[in-house]
Amino acid sequence: MRKLILALVVAALPLAARAESPEEKGLMIAKEAQRRDEGWVDSKVDAKMVLENKQGEKSERNMRIRALEVTSDVDGDKSLVYFLSPPDVQGTALLSFTHFTASDDQWLYLPALKRVKRIASANKSGSFVGSEFAFEDLLAQEVPRFTYKYLRDEPCPTDEAKTLSCFVVERKPAYEHSGYSRQIGWMDNKDYLLRKIEFFDRKSEHSKTLLFTNYRQYLGKFWRAQKLVMENHLTGKKTTLQFGDFQLNATVDQSEFDPDALSRLR
Amino acid sequence: MIRRLALCCFTIVGTVAAHAEPVDISGFVEGEVRIFPAAPKFPAQHDDALSPSLAFQPELRWKSDNHDTFTFIPFGRIDADDKRRTHWDVREANWLYNAGDWDLRVGLGKVFWGVAESRHLVDIINQTDLVESVEEEDKLGQPMVNLNLITDFGTWNAFVLPYFRERTFPSSSGRPGLPLPVATDLAVFESGSGERHVDYALRWQERVGAFDIGLSYFDGTGREPRLVPTLAPGGPVLVPHYDLIDQAGLDVQATLDSWLLKLEAIVRSGQGDTFFASVTGFEYTFYQVFGSQADLGALAEYDYDGRDANAPYTLFNNDIVLGARLALNDVEDTSFLSTMIVDLDNHTTLSKIEFATRVADGWKLEIDGRFFLYVDNHAIETNFERDHTLEIRLRRYF
Repeated sequence: MRKLILALVVAALPLAARAESPEEKGLMIAKEAQRRDEGWVDSKVDAKMVLENKQGEKSERNMRIRALEVTSDVDGDKSLVYFLSPPDVQGTALLSFTHFTASDDQWLYLPALKRVKRIASANKSGSFVGSEFAFEDLLAQEVPRFTYKYLRDEPCPTDEAKTLSCFVVERKPAYEHSGYSRQIGWMDNKDYLLRKIEFFDRKSEHSKTLLFTNYRQYLGKFWRAQKLVMENHLTGKKTTLQFGDFQLNATVDQSEFDPDALSRLR
Repeated sequence: MIRRLALCCFTIVGTVAAHAEPVDISGFVEGEVRIFPAAPKFPAQHDDALSPSLAFQPELRWKSDNHDTFTFIPFGRIDADDKRRTHWDVREANWLYNAGDWDLRVGLGKVFWGVAESRHLVDIINQTDLVESVEEEDKLGQPMVNLNLITDFGTWNAFVLPYFRERTFPSSSGRPGLPLPVATDLAVFESGSGERHVDYALRWQERVGAFDIGLSYFDGTGREPRLVPTLAPGGPVLVPHYDLIDQAGLDVQATLDSWLLKLEAIVRSGQGDTFFASVTGFEYTFYQVFGSQADLGALAEYDYDGRDANAPYTLFNNDIVLGARLALNDVEDTSFLSTMIVDLDNHTTLSKIEFATRVADGWKLEIDGRFFLYVDNHAIETNFERDHTLEIRLRRYF
C-alpha cells in the first residue's frame, strides 16, 4: 500500500511541476501577445478623440500620434502626441519615454510660449485632455509593467470576436501612482488581441470599461484596433478614439523623439 | 529692417509655395477689455475704467517637403486709450531647414529658455513687448540665424542676432505708466553701431536622469534698458539706454514624482558692477484632489538680484512668490493660477490671478488680474499703486 502511494506521488510529481499556476499562465499569455507584436519599429497614425458627456454633448480632439518601438530590458516605447485641434491647443505636443520600473519621462510643448515643460511623472491616473482615458491607459502597455493572473476561458465579449474564445486575465499595475487596483482583460486565443478591459479603481470599484473593435492587420502581421471606446460607469461619460490608417515601419525620424526637437514639429 | 526681412521671407515662400503642400492657416482674433478700478495716478494717463482693444494674429505655415518649413506670424493690436499700444509686429517670419539631428532657422524667430514661473531670468534672445503685457511673456520677433545640433552630448543652440529690437513702452496716456514719458525715439546705445550691433548667444542643454540642465551665454546689447531721466526740448523724459553686456545663465529642473525643483541663475557684466541673480523654487502637485479629476499645485519661488543702481531697475531684488495652481482637467481645459509676490525688503505685495477656459469650440476666455495689496511709500511700485488691472480676453481661434 505504501509503495502504491509512493508510486502515485512520484508519478504525480512531474505533473505538478508542469501544471502552470494562474500567475504563470497569465504572464505567458501577456508575453505571447507581446512576442506576436514585435518588430513594427515605428508607427504613425492620425487619431480623432470624441468626448461625450452624460447628456450626449460631444467635443472633439484631433491628434497625430507617433511611436517608436524600444527593445530594451529597462525602457519601454517612446510616443509623441501632436495636437491638431481644438484650435486653441493646435501645435501642443506631448512626448513620453516609458520605463519598466523607473518613473516615466514626459515633456509638454506649449507653442504660444515656445516653451518645453518637463512634467511630473507621478501624473499617471490623471485624465488625458479631459477624456475618460487616463495617461496610463495610453502609455506603452509593456509586459513588466503589470503582474498577471489567468482567471478563465470564455467566449469573447465583442461582436466581431464572438465566435472566438478569450483568455480572461487579471493584471495589476506594478508601477507607482496608478489609479487602478486591478484590470481584467479579455484576449482572444487565436491572434492574442485585447477585446475588452474592465478597470477597477483604487476603491476596487468597476469604474471604466474599454472595448477594442475594428481590428485591421498591417504588413501581414500587426493587428491594430481602429476604434477604442472607453466608458466611465461612475460619471456616464464616454470617449471614443478612432484611428486612421496606421503607418508601421515607416521610418519615422528618431530625432523627433527628443524634447529639444519639439519646437520644430509645427 | 523688419519689413525688409518679412518681405524677403515672403518672396522665398512665394517661389517655393508653387511646389509645396497647401498653406496651413491658423491664428486668433481677440477682443480685450482692461478694467482699471482706481483713478490714474498721473494726470496724462487716461481715466477710462474700461479700456477696450482688438488684436489679430494670423499664423501661416508652409511645409515644402520633409525638410523645409516657412512660418509667417504677424501680430497687431488696436487700443482705444494708448496710442503706443496700438502697434504691430512680425512675431515670426522664418525658414526652418530640418535635417533630423541638426536644423537651421533663418529670419524673425522666437525662442524661450528657462524653467521658473515668477521671472524669466535666463530667457534673453527675444525683446519683451512690454506695451502688450507687463508679464514679460509677450515677445517681439528677433532677427536670427540659429543653428541647433542634437548630439549624444546634449543639444547645442547657436545664435547670430544681427539686429536689435527696442523694448516697447506705454505712451504717457497708458496704464500702468511712469511719471515721465519714455522717449523711445531718443534711445541711446552703448554700441557705436546702435541696433545694428551683432549679438551672439550659445546654449547647451542636456538631460541627466530626472534633471534637465541648460547652460547659456550671451554677448551683445542687453534687452533691459536703463531709463535715464533727461531734459528733452519738449520737457523731461525717460530715455532708454541699452548697454553692451555679457551674461552667463544656468537653468535646472529636477522632476521627482510630484515635485518640480527649479533653479535659474545668471551672472551679468556690463551694467554697473558684475552681478548675480537667481530664481529658486519648487512646485508640488496633488493629483485628483478631493476625488475629482482636478490637480492642485502649490508653488514657491525666491527671487534674488544683486544688481546695483547703475543697472536697469528690477522689481525682483529680494522677493518671495507663493502660488496655487488648479487645473480642472475638464473638457474645457479650465485652469486657475493665483500668486502673491512679496518684497522682503519693504513688504510691497502684489497679488495676481490667471484664469483660462474654453467657452466653446474655438473660443477661449482668459481673465488676468493684478492687484497691489500693499505698496511701501519708498518703493518704485508707488508709480503703479493705482494701476490695479483686470484683463478680460475673448479669443476666437481659427
